[in-house]
Amino acid sequence: METNDVIFGINGPVVTVRNTRSFSMMEMVYVGESRLVGEIIGINDQFTTVQVYEETTGLKPGDPIYGTGGPMNVLLGPGIIDNIFDGIERPLKAIEEQSGSFISRGATVSSLDLGRYWNVRIKVKPGDVLEGGMIYATCPETPIIEHRFMVPPALRGTVTKTEPNGKYRLEDVIVTIKDDKGVEHGLTLCQRWPIRQARPNKRRLPTDIPLITGQRVMDTMFPIAKGGTAAIPGGFGTGKTMNQHQLAKWCDADIIIYVGCGERGNEMSQVLDEFSELVDPKSGRPMTDRTVLIANTSNMPVAAREASIYTGLTLAEYYRDMGYHCAIMADSTSRWAEALREISGRLEEMPAEEGFPAYLPSRLSEFYERAGRVDTLSGSEGSVTIIGAVSPQGSDFSEPVTQNTKRFTRVFWALDKSLAYARHYPAINWMDSYSEYFTDLDPWFKENLGEDFIRYRNKVTALLHEESALMEIVKLIGSDVLPDEQKLVIETAKAIRVGFLQQNAFHPDDTFVPLEKQKLMMKAILHLYNKSKHIIAAAIPISSIISLGLFERLAKMKYDIPNDKPEMFDELIKEMDTALATLTI
Amino acid sequence: MILDYVGVKEINGSLIVLDDVEGASFEEMVDIRLENGSLRHGRIVQIEGKRVVVQVFEGTKSISLDNTRTRLKCRPMELALSPEILGRVFSGAGEPIDGFGDVYPVKRANVNGTPMNPVSRIYPRNYINTGISTIDTLMTLIRGQKLPIFSGSGMKHNELAVQIVRQAKISDTEDNNFCVVFAAMGVKNDVADYFKRSFDESGVLSRVVMFLNLANDPIIERTLTPRCALTAAEYLAFECNKHVLVIMTDMTSYAEALREFSSSKGEIPGRKGFPGYLYSDLASLYERAGMIKGSKGSVTQIPILTMPNDDITHPVPDLTGYITEGQIVLDRGLEGQGFYPPVSVLPSLSRLMKDGIGEGYTRSDHQALANQLFAAYARVQDARSLASVIGEEELSPVDKKYIQFGKLFEQHFVNQGFSENRTVEQSIDLGWKLLSTLPRTELDRVDDALLDEHYIDDPDQITFDSFDSHEKDGSAEDED
Repeated sequence: METNDVIFGINGPVVTVRNTRSFSMMEMVYVGESRLVGEIIGINDQFTTVQVYEETTGLKPGDPIYGTGGPMNVLLGPGIIDNIFDGIERPLKAIEEQSGSFISRGATVSSLDLGRYWNVRIKVKPGDVLEGGMIYATCPETPIIEHRFMVPPALRGTVTKTEPNGKYRLEDVIVTIKDDKGVEHGLTLCQRWPIRQARPNKRRLPTDIPLITGQRVMDTMFPIAKGGTAAIPGGFGTGKTMNQHQLAKWCDADIIIYVGCGERGNEMSQVLDEFSELVDPKSGRPMTDRTVLIANTSNMPVAAREASIYTGLTLAEYYRDMGYHCAIMADSTSRWAEALREISGRLEEMPAEEGFPAYLPSRLSEFYERAGRVDTLSGSEGSVTIIGAVSPQGSDFSEPVTQNTKRFTRVFWALDKSLAYARHYPAINWMDSYSEYFTDLDPWFKENLGEDFIRYRNKVTALLHEESALMEIVKLIGSDVLPDEQKLVIETAKAIRVGFLQQNAFHPDDTFVPLEKQKLMMKAILHLYNKSKHIIAAAIPISSIISLGLFERLAKMKYDIPNDKPEMFDELIKEMDTALATLTI
Repeated sequence: MILDYVGVKEINGSLIVLDDVEGASFEEMVDIRLENGSLRHGRIVQIEGKRVVVQVFEGTKSISLDNTRTRLKCRPMELALSPEILGRVFSGAGEPIDGFGDVYPVKRANVNGTPMNPVSRIYPRNYINTGISTIDTLMTLIRGQKLPIFSGSGMKHNELAVQIVRQAKISDTEDNNFCVVFAAMGVKNDVADYFKRSFDESGVLSRVVMFLNLANDPIIERTLTPRCALTAAEYLAFECNKHVLVIMTDMTSYAEALREFSSSKGEIPGRKGFPGYLYSDLASLYERAGMIKGSKGSVTQIPILTMPNDDITHPVPDLTGYITEGQIVLDRGLEGQGFYPPVSVLPSLSRLMKDGIGEGYTRSDHQALANQLFAAYARVQDARSLASVIGEEELSPVDKKYIQFGKLFEQHFVNQGFSENRTVEQSIDLGWKLLSTLPRTELDRVDDALLDEHYIDDPDQITFDSFDSHEKDGSAEDED
């Protein structure tokens, strides 16, 4: 490769080139003799600025820079699932084979294994007219995911030639089409797509199907829709990562993209370990069969951290276009925002709030708006749900990243330090969190779980709010002075907190709870509440109800009643009735 | 061809600017020789064409525009490594200062290191027994973990670190595989001496590598100290197959050195004037803990940092907490009451604990006990804040039980002698005994089977030995 462009200045991950006209904005480039990957982020008549995705130690003025002619892109094709990539889609396992346990610079490995054969079935025949996004072939990618090969969105034409079904490699041409101008295009098993550009779809669909997570506080109190957006903000130690892991394990999306963006290396190895051992309850296969990991740990180059979010999103959109429901867990978007700030500082841009660049809100909104449930170009339905963790500095939710994320996401699962200190997990604060999807999702809940579900939920929410108001008084004067009716509210709210909201991720049954059981749990709690209310109205003191030990039963019902035995709730309710009846005689 | 560049173009803080430099590469080392013959070291931190900005480690004092000759060394900052570094003392920039001469290098390594490939990591699972009840039971230290101590000026973090070093036992390894890398950044002479003396007394000095940048040493060197220390640690762990415990103190001084350096470069400051890249910079240190496949060694880090004004939301503890796998927080209130170690239990946490304890590691009831202790102690805080408003007398009987539990917990569980080494068994049993002072119905985090096994129904059987003088001053409040 020939080039006349050479490095002029170097400042951390930012490299400048002087007096050149050969690059375009956002073009991907190779920097230096060891060909470090970079991207053009600024051009003026004097200087072109490159952000380099790898350590720049040892670069010299005068080292060459090679353009690639296209924007930063990723290779899309079979082999993505069950793989682990860095922020710019380089497979970490292949890098390990090449350079050992520590990542050296300028590793040149193909994103996907070009030599591997895939068992392809061709779905079209000569004469068929193909539009962009239509499916021309399929292959089993993992035992549960069928990879569907789609015509690149910008292309349309008539099939002139197809290969027979059989085993092919990534770059083999299996279908040839001729476009309107008579130019022939060979379709292979892979395509490229620029990471910063959203993949097109036919139209957006309403977000009216919930993403079921099996986590009670999320499903019942603050539900998220398929194709929705959620933020999990919380200081360190409040369980952001834990929640993200739980969601990745149990939510009912077809494909999970887990982006470890500027987080801990040991956490990624934990995900690798755990997911290969865990079995997906729906398919009976290891979780890794539906998971893609993108690991750009905090000590890996900062510029690649900025890109990792987009890489993950592009992979998710690609599978969405095949007709899958994808969920992307971004842990953590604050690290991504900090990467933006770091690069912005090196470019000496004018900072806005707390040193973050002024374009932080627009970048965040661009990111979250790529979520959605859509009609794909191939005529099927798919979705991308984005769940982003936010790590506010000093646990202060008024900082810019949390505030701006709040504006562009519709579910806010606020994690609370005091709950985490008391080891109440998930530490989602029921007073500060919210979901904007209630109106979209309520018809679905009504249809699938009955009116009761919504009624129970509203009552539970009301009780928690009432408790919170009462606690203000209790804090001042103690709980003894409250009337029995209010004491009952406090006692019930405690049962809701301990028995319902708190969930044990390490308990085999409690780690994932089906909606039906969630509903019955609420039913049992509210049943005791209503009955007790009547008994108190009959002037029987609440202490005698408490001494029956029924509230403790409620606190432990999540363990006592297995997920597959909902009928045991009838027994529990009957048992409570019998016990309470002894008081009124 | 080796060129000397005479004079400098500009001097600003610890930075000098050279002009018309040919062939400089980013982060290359340079030697700066002054007219009086003294030698200083520097590193290239920015290049703009032929204009080169150099950071001088020893500071720019007495450098003028034309009394220097600068030579490029054509290589990045490297540390000479060999198994012989054990027992040696180095300066913050990795130069031997113990008078035993240079290290004969088996290998030289770039102090910045390279990131560990996440797929090559082994997920840490083996716990380190520290013999300290609060740490072993509630925030278990795991081999390959980074678990910082968040402390404040004047608190006993150094003692705690020394006790951990002395008592740390790794069950399945031979003793001689264990070594310590100690990095002092901006610490007082006395503190460095204290560590040296303590290592000597506990007979580990021959297995300690020390990197000392004291409070009056140049700050630029300070930004290199942890990097040198971790490079040595990685070498010992991954090439010599040793279990390395790295103690870095004080990370706050390190971050402040970084801030000083950043502002002299004219960078845009972030929160509290710290550079925007503080997170990435700290991460590039902390993330060097861990274990990798194909090597028997491990790097475990215990960074110590003093929280300015005891403020846990200060950028340094805050960002540290986001990177490390938990934290041990010390509390001035407990320290004031004379409890040692003054570990504030509620904000402390070990993220890797859940996979390194329980059946096969410590004891099957460990996790349940820990959860219940945390939950109960959190209730104690509620009861105390209520008591501070309405008085202890007015509390409900259950709350009174909690207040009493809180006292006992702090006196017998948190509090422990400086040389007292408790086994995990002892600590867990002590925990159950404490929980048994609460009504059984209050223990809602534990299932009945465990309670049947461990809950002590008979109050007469719950007795606590008084451990130390603190108890014996007549304030011993046993059962009421």
